[in-house]
Amino acid sequence: MLKLQNIQKVFNEGTPDEKVALGNINLHLKPGDFVTIIGSNGAGKSTMMNMISGALTPDFGNIIIANKDVTPLPEYKRSQYIGRVFQDPMAGTAPSMTVEENLAIAYSRNKSRTLRFGVTKNRRDVFRTALERLHLNLENRLSAKVGLLSGGERQALSLLMATFTQPSILLLDEHTAALDPSRAELITQLTKELVMQDKLTTLMVTHNMQQALNLGNRLIMMDKGQIILEVEEARKPHLTIPDLMTEFERIRGEKMASDRALLG
Amino acid sequence: MFVSLFGSVEQGIIYAIMALGVYLTFRVLDFPDLTVDGSFVTGAATAAMMIVFGYSPIVATVVAIIAGFLAGCMTGLLHTKGKINPLLSGILMMIALYSINLRIMGLTLDNAVGRPNIPLLNETTIFSQVQSWWTSLGIDTALNHMLTTIGIGNVSKTWSVLFIGLIVIIIIKIFVDWFLKTEVGIALRATGDNKRMIRSFSANTDRFIILGLGLSNALVAFSGALIAQVNKTADITMGVGMIVVGLASVIIGEAVIGTKTIMRTTLAVIIGAIIYRIVLALALNSQYLDAGDTKLITAIIVILALILPQVINKSKEKKARAKRLQEMRNKQGGDELA
Repeated sequence: MLKLQNIQKVFNEGTPDEKVALGNINLHLKPGDFVTIIGSNGAGKSTMMNMISGALTPDFGNIIIANKDVTPLPEYKRSQYIGRVFQDPMAGTAPSMTVEENLAIAYSRNKSRTLRFGVTKNRRDVFRTALERLHLNLENRLSAKVGLLSGGERQALSLLMATFTQPSILLLDEHTAALDPSRAELITQLTKELVMQDKLTTLMVTHNMQQALNLGNRLIMMDKGQIILEVEEARKPHLTIPDLMTEFERIRGEKMASDRALLG
Repeated sequence: MFVSLFGSVEQGIIYAIMALGVYLTFRVLDFPDLTVDGSFVTGAATAAMMIVFGYSPIVATVVAIIAGFLAGCMTGLLHTKGKINPLLSGILMMIALYSINLRIMGLTLDNAVGRPNIPLLNETTIFSQVQSWWTSLGIDTALNHMLTTIGIGNVSKTWSVLFIGLIVIIIIKIFVDWFLKTEVGIALRATGDNKRMIRSFSANTDRFIILGLGLSNALVAFSGALIAQVNKTADITMGVGMIVVGLASVIIGEAVIGTKTIMRTTLAVIIGAIIYRIVLALALNSQYLDAGDTKLITAIIVILALILPQVINKSKEKKARAKRLQEMRNKQGGDELA
């Protein structure tokens, strides 16, 4: 479903600040795969996400989604196939517009936008049914401005909007990191439900190791622009946090740097 | 007095078309677009030029609207494809339009390329076209007779401009309200609200910015074309400060009427444009102020409209706090007594 072939990206090339953000990344996701990505700050996780979404273009290499080479496509064209939830709960929704209008935006993702009304009676029913899956009573607040919702509610709505048209790829970029623990738990639960029910091919970046172990069928660890560990479907259920730490130390020969990673 | 107020409402309604254009960029797209100062004149100049050449005033107005649309699209291209800052793109386009407008008006002369104004005194305009039909209805005589009898004074004016203005502004309001609720309109609003988000939902933000600026300046040019026909002249200076007038209308209207829904906000902008004209007329009525002070008054109105709400909010907060403190003291006093 998603293939990254020899992806390379260097920032500030030829200056003293030169940094290899991604060095020769290869990754292959089968339909329905749910891969969690962990790694310390600056490991290249977000760069890789931005590369897939089209916000950044690779220096070399190809990105293939559903057997289509999307490398040259700009972000807005690629986002027909890609749903995305950002870390910032404010980033995934339009605050001055209503819940139903936001859903109408998501609804039009893989269709061309016309001069028909964005919110119609039929669509409102579709939106209501979809919102019921969140169990947040948002189905009764269709005409509330999204800016008035809490961070957790906004992130749940972002998640629903990202998965609304069943995209080929779902990208989750630390989407629970900015929420308090109980809200984060709720969003994690919703993620599990939505991804399972719709069998979405998903990539999730997280700093929370426990979350990385609980969710998904595969796991990769990144460091310094490289994928340093890939845990496959068969092994992942038996994996523990100490396993991950030992593995990391063995590969890198050093204590794991990030405190945030330890806190997980 | 009544006559000058009557004139204010009349002009206010036509300038409201421009104000709705400014609302589309300034509020909906979050793009402070200074093209307005130029595209307003482009509308007036194009319409006047076509009318002088003998085209029907309706055709002339339609071409003026298209010219405004193109001017707005150019600003959009400068910003999106040229990556030029929004304010600067507008300023560049405004200054470029100054020369273009001189050239447009200059088309009417054989011996020169540029021309600073076109008088339309004896030309057919949209308003003069309906005038004979309007007079035959006898509404003017009836209304003016009524006003004289209730003692407001003799308004020996025609009501046809007000009537046409009202019809046009109602149609435009319905159009804008409808457009902003369509799939395209919703994406346009989201572009102004959260660019990153709408891009992740497969919308080409560049295209929506260009479209929004085009529509906005089409309305502005429409307004300019009508103003030229009402005042029977197109002049290169008539657009100076137009963006500030538009902002004044938007800000005043929003403060007075509110912004709860789109339909309410567009109504607010229209009312704001009328209120602005009335305030301006009242100020100019004073013996100390001259017509040349118009721009200064406009600037002061906008400054007040921006600052006053802050001051009012602050004093409200202060009062509420003082009240809470007093209540707390009273309660404490009561506890001690008990």
